[in-house]
Amino acid sequence: MFGFGGVLPWARRMVVEQKRWLSPAEFTDLLGLCQFLPGGNVMNVTIAVGARFRGAAGSVAAFAGLMAAPVACVIGLGVIYDRYSQAPTVRHAFAGLAAAASALVLANALRVAGPLRARPIGLTVAVATCLAIAVLRLPLALVLVGMTALSTVLAWRRADE
Amino acid sequence: MNEGGAIASLAVVFAQLSLLAFGGTNSVLPEMQRQVVTVHHWVSAQEFAALFALAQAAPGPNMLVVTLIGWHVAALPGALATTLGVAGPSSALTFVATGVWYRFRNAGWRKLVQAGLAPVTAGLVMASAVLLIRTTTIGWGTGAITVVAALLFLFTRLHPLLVLAAATVLGALGLPA
Repeated sequence: MFGFGGVLPWARRMVVEQKRWLSPAEFTDLLGLCQFLPGGNVMNVTIAVGARFRGAAGSVAAFAGLMAAPVACVIGLGVIYDRYSQAPTVRHAFAGLAAAASALVLANALRVAGPLRARPIGLTVAVATCLAIAVLRLPLALVLVGMTALSTVLAWRRADE
Repeated sequence: MNEGGAIASLAVVFAQLSLLAFGGTNSVLPEMQRQVVTVHHWVSAQEFAALFALAQAAPGPNMLVVTLIGWHVAALPGALATTLGVAGPSSALTFVATGVWYRFRNAGWRKLVQAGLAPVTAGLVMASAVLLIRTTTIGWGTGAITVVAALLFLFTRLHPLLVLAAATVLGALGLPA
């Protein structure tokens, strides 16, 4: 519920510093796994921490705890949006908000791509993936499997040399 | 399409997205937009952008746009269908994977796949940004908001919510027109 602008720092503070359920190294390791798997990182961390301590029931409880309040809150906003979205001022306000939300994703993209500047091959793969999705509009599953295979082979050949 | 059918297809679409969401929900935004706007006509492109913005402004994990789309299409049953649809498969995989993780954490192939996956997920988030910006830039005003806000997010420690609020006020004052 406190997760304005991302839950992860809060989750870390709670799990590692306050409750001491995991050591910092264990948390980093678990986060590495969760970033590797598909799905929201925070959601995966929640499932993994829950599973670690109470098995399936722990995962379900942790997931419900993570999601219940934010889901209720966002549905509340959705109700307000559905009711007032026709009013011109509200529409304009939303255009402004949406433009800034796009900027949030742009900033996120630049941050993720930042470390690739030193790796020309990685950067080329990233740009090709972006073009395949955003310009050519190829299906995600195809692009994901094809580019990951290509990119992994390139990483393997480089490691081999 | 009847109500039950709509809810079932919402759940199926989002369950498929769940297993493709390497690097988080932001990397499947273009596919999500294609499915809900172009394929199923559940929302318009503008509504998609507005719902995404709304979810960003709300507290909680940034996958909540999924809940909002479900709510918009079929109220509470729809919201539950999309939320559990997007969370279920990836969570089940995570649950299973935590068990075997320690065995492979130093395996060479795992590091290679991880190294291979990193640029691809970066490209997917870049594509999400491109498509969102294309939808939300409806004039010079909104374009300027995106550029300035991105610079603020990247180079200052301002709270993101503050920037989102400022953009909303600027929008209400009629800047994007």
